[in-house]
Amino acid sequence: MSHSHIDVRYVANLARLELTDEEVATFQPQLEAILSHVEALSKLDVSGIEATAHAGAIFGKMRDDTPHESLSQAAMLQNAPDQAQGQIRVPKVVTDA
Amino acid sequence: MTITTLRRQLLAGETTPAAILGKLAGEISARDGQTGAYLSHNLESALAEAANADLSLPLGGIPIAIKDNINVLGQPCTCGSKFLENFISPYDATVIRKLRAAGAIPFGRMNQDEFAMGSSTENSALQTTRNPHDPARIPGGSSGGSAAAVADLTAIAALGSDTGGSIRQPASHCGVVGLKPTYGLISRFGLVAFASSLDQIGPMARSVEDCELLLNALASADARDMTCFGPSDRALTPAGDAKQLRIGIPKGFLGKGVAPEVAAAVNAAVEFYRAQGCAISEVELPSADLAVPTYYVVATAEASSNLGRYDGVRYGHRSTVAGTPVEMMTASRSEGFGPEVKRRILLGTFVLSAGYADAYYVRALRARAKIRAEYLAALAGVDVLLTPTVPTPAFKVGEKASDPLQLYLEDIFTIPANLAGLPAISVPCGKSGHLPVGFHLVGAPLSEAKLLAAGRLFEAAHGYAHQQAAL
Repeated sequence: MSHSHIDVRYVANLARLELTDEEVATFQPQLEAILSHVEALSKLDVSGIEATAHAGAIFGKMRDDTPHESLSQAAMLQNAPDQAQGQIRVPKVVTDA
Repeated sequence: MTITTLRRQLLAGETTPAAILGKLAGEISARDGQTGAYLSHNLESALAEAANADLSLPLGGIPIAIKDNINVLGQPCTCGSKFLENFISPYDATVIRKLRAAGAIPFGRMNQDEFAMGSSTENSALQTTRNPHDPARIPGGSSGGSAAAVADLTAIAALGSDTGGSIRQPASHCGVVGLKPTYGLISRFGLVAFASSLDQIGPMARSVEDCELLLNALASADARDMTCFGPSDRALTPAGDAKQLRIGIPKGFLGKGVAPEVAAAVNAAVEFYRAQGCAISEVELPSADLAVPTYYVVATAEASSNLGRYDGVRYGHRSTVAGTPVEMMTASRSEGFGPEVKRRILLGTFVLSAGYADAYYVRALRARAKIRAEYLAALAGVDVLLTPTVPTPAFKVGEKASDPLQLYLEDIFTIPANLAGLPAISVPCGKSGHLPVGFHLVGAPLSEAKLLAAGRLFEAAHGYAHQQAAL
């Protein structure tokens, strides 16, 4: 955590975002400023402290596996950007070589 | 006008649910053009529900405004984002079912920062919301529309969501009461996820009593939310006598860039409690300084994962740029998300990426555990911790737009409660010039009754008239 460099274009690609040159120029210094603020964490003594991903004491709760009514096909499709024959349509996944 | 007053009038036959809705619609036409709290409202369907309202129920006939990230069947749920601008909810969130079961009528979709990311509501891609106390200033955020409408008398009370202060900070800036419950007390099923280990739904209202009424209606076990307490492990700690509460003042908190008028108003609240008989003592929270950096690692990491679902395939914005499915998804996300959402996705993706996850994400999770342990230790010796809700009063629209880090520091006092899963409330306690100031109480898990009792004690002595914007 010694330096606050971030390769914005590389990270954007991981996140499936395409940034304009202008966005990169804006985000780069902003993200580096935030990361240098975050570097304060490196000073904290966390030896012997276990990481906690949750704030509460509720873990691994299971619900009864009972059938119940779910949303209809029509309800699930009502917000679909494109659909055909009761299914969501997407651009062709496999194209001819 | 509070829920409590309106309920009395409804039961006495002095008003009707339809008349209340009609009055709100009138207030909205008169003032919301300037305030911009409502993204939309459903007067017609609400009036139909009003005709069948069961007044014998605890919230019978009362309209409640809903933040635009909570699903209500048949209504928009934009989350303040272009991505979901045309989304219509196919179901009711559990909190909406609970409101309906208590007789309330969901009315209105309240503006917010996009996907609840922000502290000023300026990150809404759809509309600017202004502080009813000063239209040049922000209402706070991310639940800025909810807070502004309650202050502007265009809503009776509202639901908000709080990931790092998004209920309490706008409540403080708008002079209303806002409660973030213990993590797990209220179901999040149907709340659009931002950071799942931090998000909570809670009430925003013009009185502490109204917040309590709403909390009672909303809190319940839910098999659809695995992080929600079950029926047997959700009992609230009894309030006891509010005049005997032990109040802890975190050492050094009032020095942290707190505006003098804010410090004066909060100190006056401390002196009020002391005069009532409460024991006031100083407590140490040595790692509290690290709450903001910890939060911006944990919250953005979770957000980058949660927002992966917005791919333009099943719902929301789909780019018309032709290409492969991955190109379509990338273009849809890049067109649909605003700058703050992109910034946080980038940050979250970075702190989780190979080579950095241990240094940032895992370290932040350990810092979080340490902060939680310190808060629980402090709360073993006192009932509540009292601080300002926000260091400074509402700033001007645009003032902090170019500096996200400055904006993140707005949440310095509110974030620890989310990291530690603790309940917290903001109660109006005065003004800085013409701008409201609130104080903030944090308690141990499930100590909501104590926070509410402390709030009621303050409110009974100070009234709530001062909380409302000058009309």
